[in-house]
Amino acid sequence: MVSLTREPEFRPPPANWRGRLGRAALLACRDAGRAVLMLAEATLELRRLFSRRARPVFVRQLYAAGIKSLGVISVVAFFTGMILALQTGIELRKVGQEVNIGVAVMVSMLREMGPFMTALILAASVGSAMAAELGTMTVSEEIAALEVMSIPPVRFLVMPRLAAMMVMTPVLTFYACMLGVAGGALVGATQLGVSPQAYLDNAIRWAENKDLYVGLFKSWVFGILITTVCCHQGFATAEGAVGVGRATRRSVVISFLSILVVGYIITRLFYA
Amino acid sequence: MIRFDNVTKYFGDRKVLDAVNFQVEPGETFVLVGFSGAGKSVTLKHMIRLLTPDEGRVTVGGDVISEASGRGLERLRERFGLLFQGAALLEWLTVFDNVALPLREKTALDEAEIARRVLEKLRQVNLEDARDAMPAALSGGMRKRVGLARAIVTDPEIILYDEPTSGLDPVTSRAIDGLIDRTRRDLKVTSVVVTHDLFSALGIGTRIAMIYEGRILEISPPAEFIRSNNDIVKRFLDAQYITRRGDWERMSHEAESSP
Repeated sequence: MVSLTREPEFRPPPANWRGRLGRAALLACRDAGRAVLMLAEATLELRRLFSRRARPVFVRQLYAAGIKSLGVISVVAFFTGMILALQTGIELRKVGQEVNIGVAVMVSMLREMGPFMTALILAASVGSAMAAELGTMTVSEEIAALEVMSIPPVRFLVMPRLAAMMVMTPVLTFYACMLGVAGGALVGATQLGVSPQAYLDNAIRWAENKDLYVGLFKSWVFGILITTVCCHQGFATAEGAVGVGRATRRSVVISFLSILVVGYIITRLFYA
Repeated sequence: MIRFDNVTKYFGDRKVLDAVNFQVEPGETFVLVGFSGAGKSVTLKHMIRLLTPDEGRVTVGGDVISEASGRGLERLRERFGLLFQGAALLEWLTVFDNVALPLREKTALDEAEIARRVLEKLRQVNLEDARDAMPAALSGGMRKRVGLARAIVTDPEIILYDEPTSGLDPVTSRAIDGLIDRTRRDLKVTSVVVTHDLFSALGIGTRIAMIYEGRILEISPPAEFIRSNNDIVKRFLDAQYITRRGDWERMSHEAESSP
């Protein structure tokens, strides 16, 4: 069981910028190491996911991560598809190729826009809520209480969240992609003179299965990333309410940056 | 039962515990008192290894908890119940589920047996009617009593109380004292109470230890404690208007009322 209750740290600030930079690098490495250890323990604990006691928590997390995010993802995805179709359609119309907005929207959504957009929304809504909730539990000694009762906080709190995000992020990404394509079809039909049938034929003819699989894989990795970053930031909270606010902000910022960097690496691995 | 041998702890450059030595005997209520920031809660957290000493060691019934890890530490912690200062209840669980949590997570008991034990403990703290309430709907005194029910539901050998009466009105504070005293008598447990409330300490303690700037100044039974010649202890007693003349009459907790 990884201990999540930390002893208070008292270190004098480094005298110069090199010292500050060095300490920041060391702390970043230490935090990354702790986050990886937490992820490893949560992954090992996944075998207990369908136990009688973990199941209700998992279902609650599925609801929190999935159903509660459905509204905002629907609106953003639909309008993203509409904007993509409009922007590409305007340019393609100049060369009489507006029928190709189908493939443009479909490939953009499956490869990049769907996974990124869904992950960023989940990081900002579900991830920040995770960090705030676990942060509040940390400062109000609830995490210490779990450890004193010998209940592993990672099994009790992180594992169901990790499992829920591993399921819901790809599902929501697929849903977002389909809504984006539908938004594009609406713009094609109403403003570019492309019938829905022609739009879909074009999209399906040129998009590849690989686009779908890589996009869903990417979103699955993003789900793990968001949970790891946000839970770790929550557990690392110190200094009361101010600390909870700081942990929440950091969890969103680190999640966004990690999503961009890891997203690029995955794209490079599969397409370059 | 619990033994501190030369326990020293630093927070940065500041020495918060300075070679602390004492022993808690089985079945007693050992009360640690002192000014704010004296090191009371730090001492308590060492007992259950939420903090690790920089020097010295802490033993529990012969096992060195300050050096334990993994499953060994878990087994040692299972001997404890801890009432946190803010009760540390899980806010998304009902009162019943909070108290049932250690049984559900750490035992193989069926739900019927868990329900029987939880209701028995809730009855002991006069909260049977609040079983379906959420923690946010409870008063400070009720939260502490739920915390106490959760601490004793696994029938631990040792119960630690971190500031059990802080932030409570005098009537509720005395009711909590009554519960602590009754728990010790009924369950035959060893209790360690950290408090700055001397009325509470004198009422429930079998021995009182005064900690000041990380050092134990005095350990004595309540009747001797109030006649201490130590200047710091005298100042502490005077600050709470406790006279050092005559015997301290231990209050009866037999008829405590629910707050």
